[in-house]
Amino acid sequence: MSIKYTKDHEWITVEGDIATVGISDYAQEQLGDVVFVEVPDMGRELDKGDELAVIESVKAASEVYAPIKGEVVAVNEDLEDSPSLVNEDAQSAGWFAKIKIEDSSELDELMDEAAYKEYTEGLS
Amino acid sequence: MNENSQTKRTALYELHVELGAKMTPFAGYDMPVQYPEGIMKEHLHTREAAGLFDVSHMGQVVIFGDNPMKSIEKLIPGDIEALSVGEMRYSFLTNDVGGILDDLIVTRRENDLFVVVNAGCKEQDIALFKSALQDEATITVLEDRALVALQGPKAAEVLARFNSSVADMSFMSYREMDLAGAACFVTRSGYTGEDGYEISIPNDKAIEVCRALLAEDEVAAIGLGARDSLRLESGLCLYGHDLTTETTPASAGLLWAISKRRRAEGGFPGAQIIIDEIAAKPKMKRVGILPEGRAPAREHTEIADMDGNVVGEITSGGFAPSLQAPIAMGYVPLELAKADTPLQLIVRGKARAAKVVKMPFVEQRYYRG
Repeated sequence: MSIKYTKDHEWITVEGDIATVGISDYAQEQLGDVVFVEVPDMGRELDKGDELAVIESVKAASEVYAPIKGEVVAVNEDLEDSPSLVNEDAQSAGWFAKIKIEDSSELDELMDEAAYKEYTEGLS
Repeated sequence: MNENSQTKRTALYELHVELGAKMTPFAGYDMPVQYPEGIMKEHLHTREAAGLFDVSHMGQVVIFGDNPMKSIEKLIPGDIEALSVGEMRYSFLTNDVGGILDDLIVTRRENDLFVVVNAGCKEQDIALFKSALQDEATITVLEDRALVALQGPKAAEVLARFNSSVADMSFMSYREMDLAGAACFVTRSGYTGEDGYEISIPNDKAIEVCRALLAEDEVAAIGLGARDSLRLESGLCLYGHDLTTETTPASAGLLWAISKRRRAEGGFPGAQIIIDEIAAKPKMKRVGILPEGRAPAREHTEIADMDGNVVGEITSGGFAPSLQAPIAMGYVPLELAKADTPLQLIVRGKARAAKVVKMPFVEQRYYRG
């Protein structure tokens, strides 16, 4: 399945019933140098909109929200030593967590690549 | 400080935009928080070469009178009468209960005092100067001048190419000179912990002078984001955060700025309380704090002792690009203020280990001649 985005700049890709979540390239550029990422605990049950992670740049902390409901089944441990992966490769190696999808209809509410591009262009 | 009201622009606004700065409202001004290189690289560039900062939002004030040194001492505990012409000193305005209203730099010039105050406090400070000193001094705000800082180990070498007389200026001294065709006030000072200068330039020449400085290989434009991380690494206080009306000179660790004579004579707002606290010792003390791990502890993070009791608060905290680690400063009870005292920081509900450390976090490199 292709990539989807939220208005808060999270991205999500789906493989089977597992969704991988991170922040968009647009978002990492806005944040600047990422120096720390707090990923969620394994097994945590997230509701849509719950705080999934916190990203710290040199300047400030920003929250990342769960785009869908589900259980955290994997976290990106590489971010502990290399938070800059979020800057270098936000939409692949810089992923935060994998969530077990409970309600796949939630995905329909998210933006596709073209819609997100249009959305971010409207922001600047 | 209201972001909805009309934000002002400094004389360098168009240059910031041209350089691709990300502009943000700060103390009523639209200021560059960072340029395309980003805070991390800008910070490191300043530590390695030279950074040019726009600090024109700060207030530049001239106090003229029969004895402006004596006059300003009614409002600050700094020993201004001890200054020779061309010397400058860090001090702070105090209130009647010994709190700090703002911190500032006072320069004694031939016929007056040149005072630089914080952007966020300048309306208050100017009103205070005018009301308290109305019978003895004239207060003039230099709205027609920009203020920039050139900071870093290459600052002296670069600025000497424009006027060789900057080379032998010592730290905290002042000279008037021509730089790239502009009549400038130059001080060897700054707020990054590095050697460097602050340069007051007529508004209509500011872009021209800055372009000339930026044309030098060593110089890059640096935003307020890196200015904040640089001053924090150097253990320097930021007013409104590390210093407030709730903090006193003793608790903030600023007693070095109150001379023996001023302690003996008093004569500034809150003098008795401030002097008594020197002997009695403050209850709380500003300290450097090194969090373990990589998670930064931001301003207002709670500080707990090892039993979990909340004992204080972080007043400045972030990531130190030079150390590639988080650093912070905050206030703790005096008995926990010794270096190496273990503490806990409550970051998003989780207690994280930290310890008190000596400041500065990064060695200051001022030029003392």
